[in-house]
Amino acid sequence: MTRRLILILVPYLWLLALFLVPFAIVLKISLSDIELSIPPYTPQLDLSEGWEGIKGFFAALDFENFVFLAEDDLYWKSYLSSLQIAFFSTILTLLVGYPIAYAMARAPNHWRPTLLMLVILPFWTSFLIRVYSWMGILSTEGYLNQLLLGLGLISEPLTILNTNVAVYIGIIYTYLPFMILPVYSALERMDDSLLEAAEDLGCSRLTAFWLVTFPLSKNGIIAGCFLVFIPVVGEFVIPSLLGGSRTLMIGKVLFEEFFNNRDWPVASAVAVILLLILIIPIVLFQRNEQKQREAEG
Amino acid sequence: MPECKFAPWDDPNEKPLIQFRNVTKRFGTFTAIDNQSFDIYAKEFFALLGPSGCGKTTMMRMLAGFEAPTEGTILLGGRDIAPIPPNKREVNMMFQSYALFPHLSVWENIAFGLKRDKLPADKIAARVDEMLKLTRLEKFAKRKPHQISGGQRQRVALARSLAKGPKLLLLDEPLGALDAKLRQDTQFELMDIQEKTGTTFVIVTHDQEEAMTVASRVAVMDDGRIVQIATPDEIYEAPNTAYVADFIGDVTLFSGTAMNRAPDASPDASPVAAETPEVAAEAAPQEAETPETETVETPEAVAEIGVPAEPEAPVADEPAPEPAEDSAKPATQAPQGPQPNRMGLWLHDKVWARVFGPRTDIVRQLPPPSPAAATVAKTGTWAARPETVSAETTDIPHGGITIDWAEGQPPLIALDGPRVEDGQHVQLALRPEKIGISKTKPDAVNALKGKVIDIAYLGNLSTYHVELENGTMIKAQLANTRRISRRDITWEDEVWVSWTGTAGVVLTS
Repeated sequence: MTRRLILILVPYLWLLALFLVPFAIVLKISLSDIELSIPPYTPQLDLSEGWEGIKGFFAALDFENFVFLAEDDLYWKSYLSSLQIAFFSTILTLLVGYPIAYAMARAPNHWRPTLLMLVILPFWTSFLIRVYSWMGILSTEGYLNQLLLGLGLISEPLTILNTNVAVYIGIIYTYLPFMILPVYSALERMDDSLLEAAEDLGCSRLTAFWLVTFPLSKNGIIAGCFLVFIPVVGEFVIPSLLGGSRTLMIGKVLFEEFFNNRDWPVASAVAVILLLILIIPIVLFQRNEQKQREAEG
Repeated sequence: MPECKFAPWDDPNEKPLIQFRNVTKRFGTFTAIDNQSFDIYAKEFFALLGPSGCGKTTMMRMLAGFEAPTEGTILLGGRDIAPIPPNKREVNMMFQSYALFPHLSVWENIAFGLKRDKLPADKIAARVDEMLKLTRLEKFAKRKPHQISGGQRQRVALARSLAKGPKLLLLDEPLGALDAKLRQDTQFELMDIQEKTGTTFVIVTHDQEEAMTVASRVAVMDDGRIVQIATPDEIYEAPNTAYVADFIGDVTLFSGTAMNRAPDASPDASPVAAETPEVAAEAAPQEAETPETETVETPEAVAEIGVPAEPEAPVADEPAPEPAEDSAKPATQAPQGPQPNRMGLWLHDKVWARVFGPRTDIVRQLPPPSPAAATVAKTGTWAARPETVSAETTDIPHGGITIDWAEGQPPLIALDGPRVEDGQHVQLALRPEKIGISKTKPDAVNALKGKVIDIAYLGNLSTYHVELENGTMIKAQLANTRRISRRDITWEDEVWVSWTGTAGVVLTS
């Protein structure tokens, strides 16, 4: 009995310590007021005063930071722009990743471990270094422009760095493995005789793909899309390094509120809203995984 | 008999549906199919039987269009099918794994092929419902494949491959995934459906019992070649090589040198006949007849020899002959008087014999009973029991061959079989159910002494492993028509194994 209790307790304690407690702290700061001090906010909930403190907190509760977020269009524009960039980069990642995963699943058996290794290999290098090297590639004097100029394809260097195009390139590059792996695992599990059966029943190769392969990799596609979409919404490093001043992403705004404006309460409010937005896709993702497990069980 | 028998392969005017013309298939340096030519006729249930890796699946995949022959042509209805891709062939396949689409319901799976033909929706629905009814799946139409049992999945796969009404249906080990009991039921279901739809079926299997049960003809394959194509009973009763004999069912093979027996050989030439001279003399008038037909045609001979006589011509409607029927068959062919049918015989053996004593019909038609015949009448039984073998008459017809097979053992006598030269090396293949076993020396054409080493009790049958004096192992099989306590042969017993002159098959290759 105690053993079972411990087994159940461990993940819940983990969740409590690493998610709920930090979230409670962030939520508390988001309800505080900005102050020029250390830390830069006035605590509105002082538990040391006991019941009186809690009563005082509810008396002064005003959600003014959230009201501020709603009033200033910078924030909701950033949210929308983040969702939009995340949405399009997810689709682009899928378009690039699916053929790669498909080719890997069709490759001869003895090649597959090598190909999988090649997909995972970039993770062995620091993420920051990889993004920095993209700056070297995409800048006006970068390798890409040198190559295109050298080939005579363009006469003037292209401006890619510090635009949304660079952000998309960076996101697709970074998140590609998260798309390839679930799609590959769905395709690899598929029985080849299903395609032969489809052909035998009158399908051409292409219709067999649309009617059999694609629907059967649906769960892998959904999983991959969520794995890309969810972290990209809050992405900070890629837009701040590769994007320009006109690239609006909520991760960048959050960083600026914290470190440039030192407005912790507003920054915390931004983080709380971001989490609320992401809960929807996270729940959908979990439901998809659940459904897949049921179908297989 | 011929008019009701389905045997288009014997009819020279019949046009085959499928013709393999010198087909060879190589994968790299490996030859999977080696220059094979054969025909399959419309409405046939054709089985490709062989061990794994013998090329049977390759043969089927070439028919389906997933592989192309390296050399030679395959004709379907007179047309070369090489340029036709699998999705355009009037051939459908039922896959070993069933290959049901997991994301589609049973109904949608069956409709899949019909939708590709762009049929109107109502026609598709009608056809799918027809298929669901044929395979008794109406209740499961809305379920997904993972929500139904293995047997139901097998039927969905069958319904799906039949839905388009193909000229030819290929079945790749269709029952491999089912348990033994379900497999048996499904075999008969398959035969029913094949008959109802009139579709030509080609089945690939490594299970000889399955092939024998369902098929109208069986092609036994070995190492990329078809060794023999014949009806199941012919394959079993008249295998053309030791490989086929060994692959299909149990067999004991004796190798030795053949000597032709003189056509007018006196019964004294045989080692056993000498012991019963009075019976041999009595049988003498019958010697004018040919040895092949004698035992079958005269009821006297049946009664006298006592051991089950072998029907010479394979019987097409009975794929797996049972030993018990062998003795019944000659009796029913006898022209004299009304004869009991099989059920009558059974009733007599099981019930009436206890009250009225042994059946006497046949004995009554004999000339005044000889001492030997009287013994049969007293002990007479109609099934191939060990006791039957000990009937006290011997009558070895002339002709045939003797086979010297081991030092110190009497030569074996085989009365039929291919023409051989003196001194030629041959093998005699003997099915265990054709071998009798008894404690006393029987009066049979071939009788060898041995010791029971093992008894495999299978419920309805027992297989006795008998070791001869020179160490050769022989398997003899008996139907367990008696309760276990009444069987008297047990381990380590000294026994005689015996068989008739026509029980074995002489193989020259």
